[in-house]
Amino acid sequence: MFFEILQLILQPHVLFAIFIAELFGVFIGAMPGLTATMATALIVPFTYFMDPLAGISMIIAMTAVAIFAGDIPAVLLKIPGTPASAAQTLDAYQLGRSKPVETLSTDLVCSALGGIVGSLILIFTSPILAEFAVNFSTVEYFWLTLWGLSMAIVISAEQPIKGVLGVIIGFLIATIGIEPVYGYVRFTFGRVELLSGISFIPAMIGLFAIPELLKQISKPHEKYLVQLLRGGKTYEMISTALKKFKTTVARSSLIGTFIGALPGAGADIAAWVSYGVAKRVSKKPEEFGKGTIEGVIAATSANNAALSGAWIPLLVFGIPGDSITAIALGALMAHGLRPGPMLFQRHGTLVSAMFAVFILANLLMLLIGYLAIRLSSNILRIPRNVLVPLIAVFCVIGSYAVNNSLFDVWSMLVLGILGYFMERLGIPIPSVVLAIILGPMVEFNFITTLMKSDLNPIIFVSRPVAAGLAFLTIFTWVLPFIRTKKLRIKGSES
Amino acid sequence: MVLSLGISKTMSLVIVVLLVAVVAGGIYYYSAVTAPPQYPSKPITFIVSWSAGGGTDRTARMIAALLENMSGWKTVVENRVGGGGTVGHLAMATASPDGYTVGIITFELSTFEWMGLANVSYKNFKPVLLYNRDPAAVIVRADAPWKDVIELTNYIKANPGKLKASGTAKGGVWDIGRIGWLKTAGVDPEALPWVPSTGAAPCLQELIAGGIDICTCSLPEAGPLIEAGKVKALAVMADERNPAFPDVPTLKEKGINWAFGTWRGVAVPKDTPDHIVKTLHDAIKKVIDSPQWKDFMSKNGFGMAYLPSSEFAKFLENDYKVVGELLKAAGYVK
Repeated sequence: MFFEILQLILQPHVLFAIFIAELFGVFIGAMPGLTATMATALIVPFTYFMDPLAGISMIIAMTAVAIFAGDIPAVLLKIPGTPASAAQTLDAYQLGRSKPVETLSTDLVCSALGGIVGSLILIFTSPILAEFAVNFSTVEYFWLTLWGLSMAIVISAEQPIKGVLGVIIGFLIATIGIEPVYGYVRFTFGRVELLSGISFIPAMIGLFAIPELLKQISKPHEKYLVQLLRGGKTYEMISTALKKFKTTVARSSLIGTFIGALPGAGADIAAWVSYGVAKRVSKKPEEFGKGTIEGVIAATSANNAALSGAWIPLLVFGIPGDSITAIALGALMAHGLRPGPMLFQRHGTLVSAMFAVFILANLLMLLIGYLAIRLSSNILRIPRNVLVPLIAVFCVIGSYAVNNSLFDVWSMLVLGILGYFMERLGIPIPSVVLAIILGPMVEFNFITTLMKSDLNPIIFVSRPVAAGLAFLTIFTWVLPFIRTKKLRIKGSES
Repeated sequence: MVLSLGISKTMSLVIVVLLVAVVAGGIYYYSAVTAPPQYPSKPITFIVSWSAGGGTDRTARMIAALLENMSGWKTVVENRVGGGGTVGHLAMATASPDGYTVGIITFELSTFEWMGLANVSYKNFKPVLLYNRDPAAVIVRADAPWKDVIELTNYIKANPGKLKASGTAKGGVWDIGRIGWLKTAGVDPEALPWVPSTGAAPCLQELIAGGIDICTCSLPEAGPLIEAGKVKALAVMADERNPAFPDVPTLKEKGINWAFGTWRGVAVPKDTPDHIVKTLHDAIKKVIDSPQWKDFMSKNGFGMAYLPSSEFAKFLENDYKVVGELLKAAGYVK
């Protein structure tokens, strides 16, 4: 078994895919405005033409590096590269003014540690959870998906009402096509292309990439001029920081993994929560925001841990934990791999190989990340008027490549413009995306459950786990009303 | 530029050389060297109606790759996905009949007209060969009280509506398998209501979780769970037993004369000249006789089968008819 897995992940094309993905992750993560989610949507069409392991490895490796690389402009320019770096930007920038390479290197090591802890938790908990999830019927899935949607509203929106709006828009997009229970055709206007609904990956590219491109176009041209970085006492700083703050790393990784595993919350929220907790338990809370490495470590371990954590509900229940895993779900399904307890039974070796890739990707990140730090002034100098059109071309190629359909390109553009206006109105796009994924699951599980009980609604609370999940869901609904101190949390796109 | 890096000139040179080497190595690894085409004179496009990476796509890409290896033909696999398979099948049927556009047709072709999804059926095609069949099976929980499929059938007859079955969408292949099984056994199909599912895997999970009682998917799909002792197969709806599951009897052995399942095959537009069909048939026959193909099919759990052009044509006509009758009997025809 062990050698079989090694053989799988050491195939040259898998290693090459991981390597290329990490390089890509550096550029996307370091470029302010370009997010890991958007990059995932852009590379997924290419993963369709690889074997499943290489394709999934690309997503895992790319996102891990992009979330770290988001800290590079935070340190050098005081601009977070991705939303997941926002929590530590102030501290990282203050520290970076005197010791940029040391700060970024410590940040890199803690990111990798966070990612590895998160991966280990994923590796050890998900098979056990899957064993348990085998006993889940549509009743439990109904509540689980409904709870996921509720969390997406409660956690990710600054104003829950906008989250609700986002979910409703997502629902409407998802209703297009042949309805899965009775086979009714809904909202297709007689177009054959719409029979199987709006294609998911083109929709993701549209929603995550186009609004950002439109924003970039309308912004004045900025040049990021950064001093060249010289190495310092990097090793000393890393080792003292790790010695002094090892509990911070461990705690933040655990918090990050847990928050990542919650449906609807991703790396950015994990970073904020972990930063907040670190500040509360710190011996020197007054230094937070003024340049403490403790804050940087707390946030950066947590956001990378959250990436791995988000895969737990995806693999175990088929319910994505954040926007990145929502897109990964589309990629898995395209390869005929349906996440859920059966995945562990039917494709055990592939799942184990994927787990190995999580560790490998986080280790390789140390190398790629260090190169990125040393070359950061050059990366940040890539002109936007080259980058933006290049990404626009990728959007079109990617949307077309998935199904070889021009119709998908139009869907991508239409949803992109819709996404731009939703973003301007403050409607969280991650809520829309989760609703597109979870909406049909809620509907399908609701109707088939009722079919099984011959329309007796008691079935929804007839099994103990179902009743527990029902309670959890309703508790989530009342949460915003009983919450006294409002946590200020910004949108959950990572 | 190089001077502006925070590292020495030699160091950056080493980095650049390493990067170039890795990228070039990778590109070399991906670009397979292919033999020049002899006959046919240009690349053949295989159209697949389902997503890249799915079961049908994987078999199509295997055929295409082995054709390149064994016959030196140049092939392209194109996924025309959408409309529950209608988009691709329509594209194959309306392609120019010159043998350069070849379709991978699947079971769903027998249902499109009946379900009112699209005006395309076997009549629009000239079949080349059938290469895969996966019969439906009757699968229950391992601790289920029924000794064999006859006991189960009698139980369903005596307790209409008590048990629930699942496997695909309504009117999907495994649903039609259920209707045919019960009708042939003289039981009203309504006595075993169908709960739609999005595929065999979620249906099997429902079965284990106790949400439903019977799953009528294929044996390879249930294989890992049969081995794990979580479910058992009472019967398979085939003409003969599956060699990988020798203990599972056929419905016919049990006196219920019914065989049904999903299939995949190769076909071209109906006006394609016969000599092209023959050339294609012979080349693909060689592919499906090869050890690589057999290894690939058994590793992926696809049932191997073969019908030559003429028999495949009869098979398609019959499948279309049977599916239509059962869909009508179940009230699905719109």
